[in-house]
Amino acid sequence: MTEALKEISLNTEMEKTLENLDKGLDETVFSLNDVSIKYGDFRAVSHVNMEISKNQVTAFIGPSGCGKSTLLRAFNRMNDLILASSVSGTITYHGKNIYDQDVDPVEVRRRIGMVFQQPNPFPKSIYENVAFGPRNHGVKENLDEIVETSLKRAALWDEVKDKLNTSALSLSGGQQQRLCIARAIAVEPDVILMDEPASALDPIATLKIEHLMRDLATHYTIIVVTHNMQQALRVSDKTAFFNLEVDEEKGTRSGVLVEYGPTSKLFTNPENEKTSDYIKGKFG
Amino acid sequence: MKILSSPLSTTTDIANALKTSNSRNLKERLFQSFLLLSTLIALFILMVLLIDIMYQGFGRLNLDFLTDYTSRRASRTGIRTGLTGTLSLMVLVALIAFPIGVGAAIYLECFAPKNWFTKFMQVNIANLAGVPSVVYGLLAAALFAYILNFGRSLLTGALALVLLILPVIIVAGREAIKAVSPSIYQGALALGATPWQAVYKQVLPVAMPGILTGTILALSRAIGEAAPILVAGAVFSRRADNEPWNIFEPFGALPVQIFDFVKRPQPEFQIEVAAAGIIVMLVVLLIMNSAAIILRNRYSK
Repeated sequence: MTEALKEISLNTEMEKTLENLDKGLDETVFSLNDVSIKYGDFRAVSHVNMEISKNQVTAFIGPSGCGKSTLLRAFNRMNDLILASSVSGTITYHGKNIYDQDVDPVEVRRRIGMVFQQPNPFPKSIYENVAFGPRNHGVKENLDEIVETSLKRAALWDEVKDKLNTSALSLSGGQQQRLCIARAIAVEPDVILMDEPASALDPIATLKIEHLMRDLATHYTIIVVTHNMQQALRVSDKTAFFNLEVDEEKGTRSGVLVEYGPTSKLFTNPENEKTSDYIKGKFG
Repeated sequence: MKILSSPLSTTTDIANALKTSNSRNLKERLFQSFLLLSTLIALFILMVLLIDIMYQGFGRLNLDFLTDYTSRRASRTGIRTGLTGTLSLMVLVALIAFPIGVGAAIYLECFAPKNWFTKFMQVNIANLAGVPSVVYGLLAAALFAYILNFGRSLLTGALALVLLILPVIIVAGREAIKAVSPSIYQGALALGATPWQAVYKQVLPVAMPGILTGTILALSRAIGEAAPILVAGAVFSRRADNEPWNIFEPFGALPVQIFDFVKRPQPEFQIEVAAAGIIVMLVVLLIMNSAAIILRNRYSK
C-alpha cells in the first residue's frame, strides 16, 4: 500500500505534512476555523471552531438536527454531493484547507474514509467489496493480503475467511457494517469518519463496532457521530456537544458547537448548563 | 362506516353492524367480473389471431422457407432476405443505440447539472418516445440518405430505428439507474473513487439488467416496424442480391417482406406465405422477449 500511496501525486505541502506525521510532530489532524455550512438559505451549522487530534476517537453528540452529521460530511467533502450546500470558514487537514480551489475532493476522500449510518456494502462478493478501493487506486499485487489484513483489522476475518466469494448482502447487518469498515481501511486512510455507525444494529453488533473503534484508534484518527451518549462515553477520547440554537430575532435555527473537551470531563464536569442538561437526559 | 358513526351498545347492534351488506357485495362482484371480462377479451382476440395465423401458415413452414430466396411462385418462395435483413438490422441498431442511449441516460441521471435546460431536455426525450415511427423514417431518409449521402440502405434503415428507440432506451436506462440506491454511489465515493469510477464500477452493474431489459424490449418493438425502414431503404426483395452484407445497400426485412406477400395477387401468397412469415417474425420477437425475461431474472436474484 505504501507503493500505492507513493503513486498518488501529492502536492508538496501535503508531502511535508505527511513527513511530519511520520515523525509524530503534528498531533492535530483537522483544524476548523469559523466553519458554517449552509443548504441554500438554511444555515445547518454555524461558526464552529475546533481541532481534531491524531489517533484519537472524537465523538460528536447532540440532539437531532443539530448539524453534527452535516459537519462530519464536510470533513471529506461528501457535502459536495448535496446541491446548493456551501461551506464557509476553513477546514484544514494537516495544514491544508480542503476547500481550497486546488484541492481535488477525490484525493481528500482517499485519505479520509467514511462509514455510513446504514451498512452499504456493494452487491458483490465480500472480497470484491474490500478490493474495490485499492484496485481503484491502481493496486494490482498483494490484493489478497490487503483484503485479509483489512478484514482482520475490522474483526471480521474469522467469520468470513471461508466465504470470501459469497455475496456481501448475505452477511448480517453488524457484519455488513464491519465489512464497510474493512472496505474503508483497505485504502489505508488517515482518518475514518463514522456517521452513527451502530444506530441500525442490535446491541451485540453495536458492542463489536465499539470495540473495533477503540482498536482502530491506534492506527487511525476517528470521528464518530452518535445519538447514543453511553456510546460516546465508552469509545471516545474527546467529545463535542452540538445543540440547536434558535435566534429569536431572526426566527432562524442553526446548529452550534456548545462544548468540546475530553470525554471524561464533558460527562462528569461539563462547563455549560446545556451540556449538563443534555447528558442528564433532560432534552434531546 | 356504520360502525364509526353510531355508538353501539348491545351485542346485537355489533352483530348487525358487522354483517356484509348485500349491495356492496354485488358492486364488488360486478367490478371483479368486469375486470375478468377485460382480461378474457384481450386474451381471446390474441388467441384467435395466433390460432388463425398458425392454421394458415404452419403448413407452409419448413427449413426451406427460412433459407430460400423469394420467388414468383408461392410454393418455392422463402424469406431468407427478410430474415437475414432483420437480424443484421437488429445487430446494427443494438450496436449504435445501446452505447448512445446508455451514455445519455448516465449523463442525465448522474452528471447533468440540475437546471431548466436539463429538465427541458428530459421532458422532450420522454415526448420523443411518442412520435409516430414513420416520422423517424422520414427524418432518417432526409438526414442520412440524402444529406449524409448514405443512400437508401441498411445503415439508413438502422439509423431510422435507432432514432425511434433511443428515447425508450434513455428513459428505461434512467429509471434503472435511478433505482440503484444512492448509498452505493456514496459508498464508492467515500473510498476515493472518482464519480465516473463509482458510476461505472458500482452503479452501472447494478442497473445493467434493467437497462438491458429496456433495450431488448425497445429493440423487439423496433424490428417489427415496417413504416420507418420502408422510407429509409428497405426493399421488397424478389431477387437474390438483397442480402445485407453491405450496409450501404438496400436490404430486406421481415415486416416489409410480409407486407409484400400480402400485396401480391395470388391467394397462396396473401394467406399461407404471409402467415408463415408472420410466424417467423413472432418467433424472433418471442426469443428476444424471453432473453429480456431471462436477463432480468438472472440478475434480480
